[in-house]
Amino acid sequence: MGERQRIIIAKPGLDGHDRGAKVVARALRDGGHEVIYTGLRRTPNQIVRTAMDEDARFVGLSSLSGAHGHLFPTVCNLLREAGLNDVIVFGGGIIPDDERSALHASGVRAIFGPGTTSSEILEFISEAAGRNCGVGSQDPWHWGE
Amino acid sequence: MEPIRGEGLVIAITGPPGVGKSCLVDGLLHRLAPEHIVAVLAVDPTSPLSGGALLGDRIRFSVLDDESKADSIYVRSIATRSSSGAVPSIIQSLASHLLGNGFGLVIIETVGAGQAEIRCAAIADRIIVVEGPARGDGIQAEKAGLLELADLLIVNKSDLPGADKVVNDLTMSLSITDDSPEIIKVSALTGDGLDQLPAMIFALESRVSSQRARNRQRLLMAHEHLLTANPNFEAILDRISQEGLSLAQALEELS
Repeated sequence: MGERQRIIIAKPGLDGHDRGAKVVARALRDGGHEVIYTGLRRTPNQIVRTAMDEDARFVGLSSLSGAHGHLFPTVCNLLREAGLNDVIVFGGGIIPDDERSALHASGVRAIFGPGTTSSEILEFISEAAGRNCGVGSQDPWHWGE
Repeated sequence: MEPIRGEGLVIAITGPPGVGKSCLVDGLLHRLAPEHIVAVLAVDPTSPLSGGALLGDRIRFSVLDDESKADSIYVRSIATRSSSGAVPSIIQSLASHLLGNGFGLVIIETVGAGQAEIRCAAIADRIIVVEGPARGDGIQAEKAGLLELADLLIVNKSDLPGADKVVNDLTMSLSITDDSPEIIKVSALTGDGLDQLPAMIFALESRVSSQRARNRQRLLMAHEHLLTANPNFEAILDRISQEGLSLAQALEELS
């Protein structure tokens, strides 16, 4: 599995679909990680504050209602502004293929859509943890390339 | 060896699962901040199967959404991790450092259901045990051996039927001792009874019996640490399994 990681699973914005986020949170727990689920309707600032207080290595953002294009890059920017450059951001939910490269460019290192297996997400966590791919890193690597 | 302490108080809030501890802590935080600088160490159990943990206390703290109060509060979610008992002493260090760096109160929130969690509570200066309307199976806190540790007993969910019965059951249970803690009824949901809590907490006195119970836990923890910190510990474990070394002999070698 690799080292146990502290991972935030967050629901930014007004999207109320939380089943997927909870399934992923449990899968990560079953994979041996410590997961902090933020609950619904979190602002990017609240998510960044949580990542800071909890010394999280990873932040997972879930969005199923279309606001990812604005919210995910905002979280990435705020993490960088707060100096949390080593935090690794990943996302999931309903994110059209042609919108993914913009998210990667803003610092999201993986995007997991419907049908993703738990083991794939766990593999990503394990691999990313060993790389220098925090939100402040210049490395353009992302999962699935 | 002893960590440096600043002024200030470390309290533990513990009790069976589902009685509303996190909601109670949230209500308390609303009434403490921003005048008091408070830290919450929210302890949840690590899964013995996977080694992972779902740390779900933080989600209940609506006070963190109040911008006028959030900067006076620090919340950290902590998993109990291995059973070696390292986490209680880490929490003790954390609490000391927080007190030495401007925090006036540190709240350790744990489920009082396992040894690790009970030990996390035992490192505090004062312990508050929370109970709730029973689900037909008696007083859970009593069964878990928590009552002896309590400096204050809070019966939550006073808005539900059954709360009065819990108060009565607890009063009867504790009536055989002449040094019993106060029992109060609150509702974290409606806010009933919460206004009195900040003052009560800072004025809480330790009872002889709860102090003794805390020291008992601390002594057991220190002794266990002594055994497991012995460099021969793993080798002796192997010899018990493979060479039939008896427990008595093992203990002698480890002491």
